[in-house]
Amino acid sequence: MSGVNKRVLPGFGLSLGFTLVYLSLIVLIPLSAVFLKTSTMSWDEFLNAVAAPRVVASYKLTFGASFLAAAINAVFGLLLAWGLTRYTFPGRKIVDALIDLPFALPTAVAGIALTAIYAKNGWIGALLEPLGIKIAFGPPGVLVALTFIGLPFVVRTVQPVLEDLETEYEEAAASLGATRWQAFQRVVFPTLFPALLTGFALAFARAVGEYGSVIFIAGNIPMVSEITPLIIITKLEQFDYKGATAVASVMLVISFVLLLVINGLQAWTARRTGRAI
Amino acid sequence: MAAVAATFDARSDTASKFEANPATRDSTWVKYLVIGVGLTYFAVFLLLPLIAVFVEAFRKGAGTYFAALVEPDALSAIRLTILAAAIAVPVNLVFGVSAAWAIAKFQFPGKNFLITLIDLPFSVSPVVAGLIYVLVFGLQGWFGPWLHEHDIKIIFAVPGIVLATIFVTFPFIARELIPLMQAQGRDEEEAAISLGASGLQTFWRVTIPNVKWALLYGVILCNARAMGEFGAVSVVSGHIRGETNTMPLHVEILYNEYQFAAAFAVASLLALLALVTLVLKTYVEWRSHRPVAGEQVS
Repeated sequence: MSGVNKRVLPGFGLSLGFTLVYLSLIVLIPLSAVFLKTSTMSWDEFLNAVAAPRVVASYKLTFGASFLAAAINAVFGLLLAWGLTRYTFPGRKIVDALIDLPFALPTAVAGIALTAIYAKNGWIGALLEPLGIKIAFGPPGVLVALTFIGLPFVVRTVQPVLEDLETEYEEAAASLGATRWQAFQRVVFPTLFPALLTGFALAFARAVGEYGSVIFIAGNIPMVSEITPLIIITKLEQFDYKGATAVASVMLVISFVLLLVINGLQAWTARRTGRAI
Repeated sequence: MAAVAATFDARSDTASKFEANPATRDSTWVKYLVIGVGLTYFAVFLLLPLIAVFVEAFRKGAGTYFAALVEPDALSAIRLTILAAAIAVPVNLVFGVSAAWAIAKFQFPGKNFLITLIDLPFSVSPVVAGLIYVLVFGLQGWFGPWLHEHDIKIIFAVPGIVLATIFVTFPFIARELIPLMQAQGRDEEEAAISLGASGLQTFWRVTIPNVKWALLYGVILCNARAMGEFGAVSVVSGHIRGETNTMPLHVEILYNEYQFAAAFAVASLLALLALVTLVLKTYVEWRSHRPVAGEQVS
């Protein structure tokens, strides 16, 4: 049956052929350059590049801050998604539309705006300065920038699941004597959980590779507030192409692993809620 | 399709539905606590940066603001940004339609793997995205010596900026079209063909009208990212003022030269672009979810 249908519509060879050629030329072949270049390095050379103390410090900061930022967004993203789907309040539509701002706002703009706010003479920085809290030009600044760019992910993965949730489950929970909190904890939250985790993973993956919004606010102090993408840039500026490529290969492998994890999580979400997101 | 329209219709007042039902209604203090905490977070992390851009841009007055925008280097950065987007968006549009056509209308092995590969650029750090083109076209790269001999510049020149932009915006349109066209199936196209329409007629009169809102949605997001990309473009640009600077790179240079008002002035244009993007995106969502008589709901 499907064999017959396949022949009815034209353009299969052309469209698939073009797709594969374009994908290979723009994405696959250039990406393979990273691994081919890395493979020309000796093991010692590779280790010296990717396990130098300054590079290791950058991994700790990048992954630590990305994890924390994604966790913060998981908590507040869930709260925002809940507020936007469950409650009516004035300005709800505007808030809903603005949630995607970090997707639309160029990262360099976000970077300088956040720096202006959190520097010690900025709107928030000036309030925190007397308390001895310094955000901009240090690791906390990295966290702030990564929290900003990851904000929409959890909201946008949890929101559709919350919207589609049938009220019957909570009605059943209420008729069986559950309090609202028990109904949330035992009925709603388990349904949301895969979507929440997917949103967390997406925010984390995005944060790990982020560059533009971070470099302005981080201060970029070696061993303290240097993120891994910046290490790649610094090595490139010193014409250390091999070193830059070696660090890039580590980041690429991590990105691929995260992509597989996210695909798995999305499949789980789809099974749990009966919809694809 | 009618069922889809019904759910989208209901979607707009899910909140009132939940609030009207005693089983799903939260107590008032919970409601105001959640809204209060959520909106505070929203205001501090999203709204404040947006407002800061415009306040900083006008800090030294409207004169400085407009002077920063009409300065030759700024104009050249604006031109280059528009050029890069004007190439990247159409190219990725053709790719997106072609990939969606192959994936949604035909069966072939490895389809899911192909979809994952198309999404790949989203998970690659922008810096790495720039680096890969340096490895291919840079002086030390595969084609570097050959390009140098023939006096063709790709890295630290406009072609490199365009390539990096194409890479980072690669999946935007394809990923909007693929799930929609898969859900729509191929019944309508097959009907058109069996009624004697040619392949191209079917494509223009059946397929494209069915996906036009998703297509527009993808184009809007693709364009926003193309004009705003920083990391990837920064690696391949070489930062030559008036030649290879895009708007985001121009913002960086001004900022690093402590010309804060000018940096924020150019940044405010990009922030406006982001706001326009969000407005258009909301409009397209609203249009595509609203059932219109005689029109397919997509």
